[in-house]
Amino acid sequence: MITRESVPAWRRGIRRRFDATREAHVLLGPERVIVLDEIASAITELVDAKNSVARIAQLLAQRFSADEAEVTRDVAGFIEELLEKGLVTA
Amino acid sequence: MTAAPLALMAELTHRCPLQCPYCSNPLDLVKVARERDTAFWHSVIDEAAELGVLQIHFSGGEPTLRPDLAALIAHATARGLYANLITSAVLLNAEKLAALEQAGLAHVQISIQGAAAVNADRIGNYNNGHAKKLEIAALVGESGMSLTLNAVVHRQNLVELRDMIELSAALNADRLEIAHVQYHGWALRNRVALMPTREAVEAADAIVADAREAWHGRMVIDYVVPDYYAATPKACMGGWGSTSLNVTPDGSVLPCHAAKTIPGLVFSRAGETSLREIWYNDAAFERFRGTGWMREPCVSCALKDVDFGGCRCQALALAGDANAADPVCHLSPRHGAVLALATAESVAGNDRLVYRRP
Repeated sequence: MITRESVPAWRRGIRRRFDATREAHVLLGPERVIVLDEIASAITELVDAKNSVARIAQLLAQRFSADEAEVTRDVAGFIEELLEKGLVTA
Repeated sequence: MTAAPLALMAELTHRCPLQCPYCSNPLDLVKVARERDTAFWHSVIDEAAELGVLQIHFSGGEPTLRPDLAALIAHATARGLYANLITSAVLLNAEKLAALEQAGLAHVQISIQGAAAVNADRIGNYNNGHAKKLEIAALVGESGMSLTLNAVVHRQNLVELRDMIELSAALNADRLEIAHVQYHGWALRNRVALMPTREAVEAADAIVADAREAWHGRMVIDYVVPDYYAATPKACMGGWGSTSLNVTPDGSVLPCHAAKTIPGLVFSRAGETSLREIWYNDAAFERFRGTGWMREPCVSCALKDVDFGGCRCQALALAGDANAADPVCHLSPRHGAVLALATAESVAGNDRLVYRRP
């Protein structure tokens, strides 16, 4: 279960890169491909095994002038999805 | 509008030291003399990257039989492709594995035939194979690469399912794929020995559901269901010609690895026709793409964009017609017969395995 205090980190072997064909960043893992939209791309940029969910949300809320509580829910939801898919530990 | 493919399966060779009775390679294997060289695969990789492919699966047969495997992985990695190795692992050692990781390999998938050595070695018909697999899996588990264990399950090893899950976790696997046998090709010859009873399948479903909960966030468990007992078919390959292409050892480009069983389809070869041309315009890729080819009961089905009428090769094998609804579907007129067949064979089943031979 992902909380505000969870600290996501990439699992080994996971790659993140820009894909010119889809003009988007992509996440690549075992039998998993995720094409990232702008928000997902911004979240994953901050996954570094140090930032907590709360810290990522705080930084993004500032950057996009958005409501921090709402961003926190979005970040936690997306990190949960990455956990389910085996792309991060948290 | 067809989207760019996500993945390419590179079947480097059909040679394999194991003789699994459910082998998914075609009955008619490509001989070593017709295998393609390093330069051929380099151009396939270049064209795939240019086409938008993101992942390349080095497969076979046994891909580690190819002396140029590390060079191909390095080439794919240099082109930005995520490199995945699908292997039995019995021919690997620490030094070879380190060279593959050095070349950029991101993910290693190792097959296991069971949890206990005697039975697993009997199923693969390869002495000490299981012990070798565990040794290599442990090395991958300590490496910087992702580790998947791939367990094909059937009546000869389903009782070991819990142990296979525990074994995967103990080996530090990131992912475990549990796949019931798909009854095409060689596996059809062994259906009586491999088909589990409905009760055994239901027990397995429950074990997998529990394990997914228990290992949530630590080990992903993907589960390929045994569709003879299902009510609706699986979306084979996520839909024909929708996400991936398969290049065989002689360079033929297929929408799925079993597509050669379907009569009337002609496949182009990489090197002669570009992958881009094949992906977007090849008649074999267009043949079952989307829903335009369907008949009833598929045409009016609410799930036609979900499962795409199921597997074309299975429709051919069980209904004698690749255009028919996959007979595992409850809407197929053949569904009752398929279910009765599975039930009868699973109850009458025996343990006599016909091993895969060239």
